[in-house]
Amino acid sequence: MSLSVDIRHSLGALDLQVDFQAPTGITALFGQSGTGKTTVINAVAGLLQPDVGRIELSGQTLYDSSRGLSLAVHKRRLGYVFQDGRLFPHLSVRQNLVYGQRFAARHGSGPSLDEVATLLGLEDLLNRRPGALSGGEKQRVAIGRALLSRPRMLLMDEPLAALDSARKAEILPYLERLRDRTEIPVLYVSHSVAEVARLATTVVVLEAGRVTRAGHADRILSDPGMVRQLGVREAGAVLSATVFAHHPDGLTELSFSGGRLFLPHMDLPHGTPTRVRILAQDVLLSRAAPEGLSALNILPVRIIALRDGVGPGVVVQLQIGEDRLLARITRRSADQMALQPGDAIHAIIKSVSIARTDVGAG
Amino acid sequence: MSDWLGPEEWQALALSLKVSFWSTLLSLPPGILVAYALARWQFRGKQVLNGLVHLPLILPPVVTGYLLLLTFGRRGLIGAWLEEIFGVVVAFRWTGAVLAASIMAFPLLVRALRLAIEAVDPKLEQAAATLGASRPWVFATVTLPLILPGLIAGAVLGFAKAMGEFGATITFVSNIPGQTQTLPSAIYTFLQVPGGEAPALRLVAVSVAVAMGALLISELLARRAARRVAGA
Repeated sequence: MSLSVDIRHSLGALDLQVDFQAPTGITALFGQSGTGKTTVINAVAGLLQPDVGRIELSGQTLYDSSRGLSLAVHKRRLGYVFQDGRLFPHLSVRQNLVYGQRFAARHGSGPSLDEVATLLGLEDLLNRRPGALSGGEKQRVAIGRALLSRPRMLLMDEPLAALDSARKAEILPYLERLRDRTEIPVLYVSHSVAEVARLATTVVVLEAGRVTRAGHADRILSDPGMVRQLGVREAGAVLSATVFAHHPDGLTELSFSGGRLFLPHMDLPHGTPTRVRILAQDVLLSRAAPEGLSALNILPVRIIALRDGVGPGVVVQLQIGEDRLLARITRRSADQMALQPGDAIHAIIKSVSIARTDVGAG
Repeated sequence: MSDWLGPEEWQALALSLKVSFWSTLLSLPPGILVAYALARWQFRGKQVLNGLVHLPLILPPVVTGYLLLLTFGRRGLIGAWLEEIFGVVVAFRWTGAVLAASIMAFPLLVRALRLAIEAVDPKLEQAAATLGASRPWVFATVTLPLILPGLIAGAVLGFAKAMGEFGATITFVSNIPGQTQTLPSAIYTFLQVPGGEAPALRLVAVSVAVAMGALLISELLARRAARRVAGA
């Protein structure tokens, strides 16, 4: 399953011109508001006809302007989770969930209501009305409803944007489960770096209607050139790790390609794959292995590149095992330490600086 | 109760109920279509259609009745054709009264439906389409249930209007007892003869009772439907 999009569209001040692929996994369409993300996802869904271009899903043409072909929305079989949920107010949660099933019946089998209810924790909500649900519950029902329509692909337009951080934290694990346990590719529109770091396997970066970067999430997020776009306080690389040990003093030890990482306790069993986002501003650099320091994570790294940022900052891209890390330090420090690409140095990360919400299933 | 109203009065009441029932039922499908077109579609002649629908509201009823007679009378453009092809005559028959009542009540029905349709969020219809529902299915499973309160209100308003229709009906199909003599026509007739005040007053009471009953039932139904639609 793979989606390929190559379209051009003018809409008001926006001149959209994008060309990208979305393979299996979660492909994040990332960009600030007004960069055309929703226009792209609506074009894929068929809610909008782009001026020019082609959209294909696994060889089937959904849209082709040169042949005047546009598959009707209801025939595309793409589950769309809208930012505002859009549950049917006159139907119960159960009726909302099975709404798409009757139309999907002829397309073979798919997940059952029970399976989806379990996956998304909806068992106790089935007989309620949408009006009696919280924002987070509504979004979970909307995701379940899309899944039960047996889509070939899921489209999610900022499904968490309307929720507060507690509700976001409540839904993120379900989205991770969706990513790790189903084969359905997901096109995920977001302007939140944290969400992208947690969920995306592939990232497509949109800027003013153009794709400026596209590729594997680890590579894009650890690209120093992304710092400006992500914002200096949001930029940070993602490490893939597994839970190695829980210590009685309340720390959890993770193992990854570059060594071990100590974090505040996480309620995950041994061997669980995890993704840890480490913000560039939380990483210190040192030439010598420091002693008598309170930070628990002192890791040997090699400098790949240095890049001037905005203001007095420099972003240093580091190789750590097979993973990459970003560190943001001042130009003055970089000069005093005479940092050069290829240098072997140490990266220092405070355990408590890693936010609980920045650790997710991997 | 049967002693209280004379046979002629019973006949008028029964006919009025029959005419109003059929006029409401038959107006609903075209009413929904026209209201949907006015609310959702962009097409040439939209304002003309809107004007035509509302015309009976503004024209003197006697003019509407006369125009109906000209077109649907036995020598009228459509009336002659109806009789020739289907052998159907509406002029001076109770079916003609249904037609007159339908035309007169149509603007009220369409107004209520149009407001209800405009209140339905098209985003919900889009969501239904992404879940695999074709247009007719979207209408049947999302739009129609959501406009139900408006539909009920419009239908009852139309029914009440049909019960009270007088000018167009008497002009188009006259005032034949048992055929076209509806409640208002019967009241009018009683008032023309000496000693007719008592039966006229009884029919007035009946009219008021039927109208109040219809309003109460519609209020109840609409409230129940609105609760459902609100999703609480």
